[in-house]
Amino acid sequence: MIEAGQYDMRTGAGLIACPRCDALHVEAELTEGETARCVRCGHVLARPREGAFTQIVALSFTSLVLMVAAVFFPFLEVSRMGIGNATSLFGVAMAFSEGWLMPLTVAVLAFIVGLPALRAVLLVYVLLPMRGQGRPARHAGEAFRLSELLRPWSMAEIFVIGTSVALVKVAGLATVSLGPAFWAFCALIIVGAASDVFTCAATIWDTLEDRGAFTDGREVVPDPETAAHDRQIVEGTPPAPDHAA
Amino acid sequence: MSASDGLSDHAPVLTAHRAGLVGCRGCGRVWPETTDVCGRCGAPLVPPDRRSLQAVWAWWLAGLIFYIPANLWPMLRTQSFLGLAGNTEATILGGVIDLMHYGNYGIAAIVFVASIVVPIGKFVVIAWLARVAGKPASVEAAHTRLRALEAVEFIGRWSMIDVFVVAILSALVQLGFVASIHPGPAAVSFALSVAFTMLSALSFDPRLIWRGLPLRTRRDRTAE
Repeated sequence: MIEAGQYDMRTGAGLIACPRCDALHVEAELTEGETARCVRCGHVLARPREGAFTQIVALSFTSLVLMVAAVFFPFLEVSRMGIGNATSLFGVAMAFSEGWLMPLTVAVLAFIVGLPALRAVLLVYVLLPMRGQGRPARHAGEAFRLSELLRPWSMAEIFVIGTSVALVKVAGLATVSLGPAFWAFCALIIVGAASDVFTCAATIWDTLEDRGAFTDGREVVPDPETAAHDRQIVEGTPPAPDHAA
Repeated sequence: MSASDGLSDHAPVLTAHRAGLVGCRGCGRVWPETTDVCGRCGAPLVPPDRRSLQAVWAWWLAGLIFYIPANLWPMLRTQSFLGLAGNTEATILGGVIDLMHYGNYGIAAIVFVASIVVPIGKFVVIAWLARVAGKPASVEAAHTRLRALEAVEFIGRWSMIDVFVVAILSALVQLGFVASIHPGPAAVSFALSVAFTMLSALSFDPRLIWRGLPLRTRRDRTAE
């Protein structure tokens, strides 16, 4: 086990490599509100926020509730010459269910409902036990990694823009009315964006490690006294004398 | 903590790779070079070398192949008044031209950008990044490349708009004999093309942008 600010160039303990450019940094515990950027490419390495875990858990629950509303309420309705048709979110995905377009149904359902919901569940599973000083749940590391891998594939916000394009196309053809599911989806986008603001992967990994999810003894133990002096992330070079002290 | 100020072209930035270590792309944890899997997040550890570009090119080519039928085949089939008022099949470009006919220039521009400009731009940018990856770059050039990669990663998903529009239209416009819209086969190939280019951009290792070094292969490493 090593102390804050110490590092080992042979094993890599106490060091952080920028995922974007591989520049080495000495790991430091940040206080809430600080931002650590890579010295070379400017990539944000860590940006812890006050009460982030509670916020993310709350926002994830919100988005699950909204998702249920978005799935079960009517989404859009059209009518022309007395003939009307309403569709739900499932109906939209089922549009591809004829013939060999079928696999696209599964993909569309996953992109707009499955993956956003799964990510919300995973984030609750990882972060709910770690609020306060709690220990992480079993397999929390795997769950969080899966959530990060799925991030680019959850496309709820793209679907909303697609809806507005479709609305303009239909507007000339028939009268359209927006159902509650449409508004639930719009709210979902805002909640998702707020959740992303609070999510700092580096902080979550660090907390998982500090709370004992991994037991190889590499975790940096925060020392409140030196941490105050130790904010600066030093790249590759040996630490300045004042912080070795 | 500010980025790169005062760093010249040859500023000695020590990278994990140069230090004989390997950094995790998932969580940033650093491990000895022989480690295969990150002990913290479970991501596979790969040194930044050009072998990872093979995956980029493979996905890129798959995306390009599926992009061709996506443009040639119809995206939407519209039937109005049981076909009396005409059955129309619209390709991606055809849909844009239709929108312009009806005077919806704003939406036409959105669809044109999302389904024609962005996909082609993605192919060009990824090909360029993969060609120059690992070759020496000045700090400014490297920043430009990183910005290009971030733009491609950010914007790539938005091409899915067209697939969602097709889905919504075909689910919604089922008005019996008045009008009905059905998805065309191009929807599938377009979705696959977008997914493959997303995978191509995701498999590009941004650490290669910053390597102005002689390239090392696994053979070189084991020979040491």
